[in-house]
Amino acid sequence: MKKSIKKVSFTIDGKKCTAEEGMNLVEAAEQNGVFIPTLCHLKSVIPSGSCRLCTIKSNGRFMTACTSKVQEGIAVENDTDEISDFRKLILESLFVTGNHYCPSCEKSGKCTLQALSYSYRIMAPRFPFIFEEKEVDASSPKIYLERNRCVLCKRCVRTIKNKDGKNYFAIEGRGYKAKIILDPVLAMQMTDEEALTAMNNCPVGCILKKEIGFEEPIGNRKYDTAEIGSELTIVKD
Amino acid sequence: MSNIKNILEKYSDKSRMMDIFHDIQKAVGHIDDEAINQIANFFKISSVDIVQTLSFYHFFKRNQSAKYNIYLNNGIVAKMFGRDKIAMTFENATKTKFNSISKDGLFGLYSTSDIGMGDQEPAAIINGVIFPKITTYRVREIVKEFRKGKNPTDLINSFGDGHNQESLINSMVTNNLNRRGRVIFSGFSWEDTVEKLFTYTPDEVIELVKDSNIRGRGGAGFPVGLKWQYCKQSKGSPKHILCNADEGEPGTFKDRVILTEEPLKVIVGMLIAAYAIGASNGIIYLRYEYEYLLPYLKNIIKEAEELGILGKNIKGKQGFDFNIRIQLGAGAYVCGEESALLESCEGKRGEPRNRPPFPVEKGYLQNPSSINNVESLCAIPKIIDKGAEWYRAMGTKQSSGTKLLSISGDVLYPGVFEVEWGITIREILEMAGAHDVKAVQVGGPSGKLIGKNEFHRKIAYEDLSTGGAIIVFNHSRNIIEITKEFTDFFIDESCGSCGPCRNLTVILSKKLQKIIDGRGVENDLIDLKQWGLQMRKVNRCGLGQSAANPILSGLENFRDEYEALIQKGKEYDTTFDLDKAIISGAKAVSRYPAV
Repeated sequence: MKKSIKKVSFTIDGKKCTAEEGMNLVEAAEQNGVFIPTLCHLKSVIPSGSCRLCTIKSNGRFMTACTSKVQEGIAVENDTDEISDFRKLILESLFVTGNHYCPSCEKSGKCTLQALSYSYRIMAPRFPFIFEEKEVDASSPKIYLERNRCVLCKRCVRTIKNKDGKNYFAIEGRGYKAKIILDPVLAMQMTDEEALTAMNNCPVGCILKKEIGFEEPIGNRKYDTAEIGSELTIVKD
Repeated sequence: MSNIKNILEKYSDKSRMMDIFHDIQKAVGHIDDEAINQIANFFKISSVDIVQTLSFYHFFKRNQSAKYNIYLNNGIVAKMFGRDKIAMTFENATKTKFNSISKDGLFGLYSTSDIGMGDQEPAAIINGVIFPKITTYRVREIVKEFRKGKNPTDLINSFGDGHNQESLINSMVTNNLNRRGRVIFSGFSWEDTVEKLFTYTPDEVIELVKDSNIRGRGGAGFPVGLKWQYCKQSKGSPKHILCNADEGEPGTFKDRVILTEEPLKVIVGMLIAAYAIGASNGIIYLRYEYEYLLPYLKNIIKEAEELGILGKNIKGKQGFDFNIRIQLGAGAYVCGEESALLESCEGKRGEPRNRPPFPVEKGYLQNPSSINNVESLCAIPKIIDKGAEWYRAMGTKQSSGTKLLSISGDVLYPGVFEVEWGITIREILEMAGAHDVKAVQVGGPSGKLIGKNEFHRKIAYEDLSTGGAIIVFNHSRNIIEITKEFTDFFIDESCGSCGPCRNLTVILSKKLQKIIDGRGVENDLIDLKQWGLQMRKVNRCGLGQSAANPILSGLENFRDEYEALIQKGKEYDTTFDLDKAIISGAKAVSRYPAV
């Protein structure tokens, strides 16, 4: 039996919003023309709440929007100086702990990390670069794992499964040493379609499909022409 | 590999993955790729799913292990008492470097985070046997005997006090129970308590516990009665009671002593919780470091079953069934966080869950679960027995009852002290015999580092709230090096799920090293504070939120020590010396810079 859907009202930075009760806050905000940045969230996938970029203040408490549900009357802060500052800090910390060279990256123009960094006007990170050595895994016939660019969002872990429901990807180790791994046996059987989805779900240029890559040339890609989230704010405001 | 097959068939449940790993490791020494594939095939999941759990835990081995696996504690208290020299002696005696195995396959040397022996450091775990109070003399002796083929158990040369001498424990660990109080370490009759329990309805028990005002003893201080009430009200069955015996906060070791001396009281505490909530399943999550207590605790559970306080229709109460199993951890501090503990119990990586839902709604295997600290559960029987008013008469208004303190560091009498809430830091220092005190770390690294100006403060939820770890530092100790140690501890123990915790801990540690090396400037102190404050806002769990606490409280209370190390009046590091920097490079090509 389908429950009757209840609409609730809430505010984001004072703007009146409505959505179905219990809806994911990132998606509810989007519906109301408000952009909440995320790296790890994917629509209709169980949220992981790991990149922390979508951290907002709801009724005065910090929480991640992707793991929050809309409730009647909540007052959400999203675009404030305080929040922008730590979002920048999170983005910058990813830049210095990984090795992100946008000009030579295949994903440039389609990369969420790059687009958000432009959007938050990051000129140079506040942290010194670490230049961590990361291992590239090219053992699979279908994809590269370019770990220099991985932000451990776990989108691949959560979404890419084979026909039997087995996971292709997982995290090995913990903490700063954690890294993404690919099942060596399953990798041999990965289909082109699965490899393509894995590449497209990756918010950065870590998972790359071998041989073909991206069709669109750099310069014409999504974020080359418009700021991330701008389609929301421009249309609705 | 029929061994592994038997183990897999014994559990036949992938939520018991921790036990499967432990059993395989026990049987064949390690869990290699072949075993991983075998497990994966058995459960029809991919092998990386196995690797992801296995590689999360410090004590599981994927490669051939040595005959003697030596895990030397690298906690701050161990270091204060000569750990580095012990480590060097081990390296020399075994001719092995840390994180490797000797060529003859005899010795594996490893560092490990705090093992709960802060009152008898330096300490090591060798094939599960605890070797406390290690000296360089002892290291050479141990290694010599191992070379002769002796077992670690053969080298037990003295027994600790109390139940440590029981045949099922037989340990060199001492309790150092320096002060007994009226709740935890006091006489108790399980018969009277259980009889009394059944004069109340489950709701009355919850009311009684709420009335006693007892709050969670792990550190967070959530009211126990309220947690039980929420768990009871949540839909779903069976309900679970979990006893959190994963005390991993550096400097805490109180649960070790409770589990040694009062395990039955803890079990009765769990029984009372089960009765109140309507739970039928109990789990004690025991940290791997306390594996030496496992046979003893298993036997206590067996005895409790024979006494009729575990099992079916407990003490004739129709329909009241309650069983307890022990889940052994495998070396992960973060598993002390209650939702990470649940994940670990379910055979997964110990990553804290997103909340809501809270464990009282969806906990172990998605059913309502109450996770309580060992000390909280151990206090409950006395509350049932003597009443809420008796309990509330101890302590302060907002913090009733007694608290166990684990006191270590520069004190004459390190050990466990049961005190009433409201005791001041000054009184604690006097009680444990501390002199020339510079700083006190209250609540371990995730707590607060305080100086003399705050010694008047009280241990209480309304003032200094703590799980009870007290580490004392005298004037010979270096605050910034201690802070760096603590920060590195969080690097090792971060689960890695949240970006800011995973990455900023490393960034902060590098910044501290910069200051220690004399390359810091005023701006670095500003950065440390600002970045540290952000950690509190953006991380999911208590580990990440408090990982910068040592830095923040150190900057607040010992700013002069930081200032003494930085370059005054400089905007950036001016110590860079080009000639010096290129010397090694120049030498390599046989050129010498003209200095």
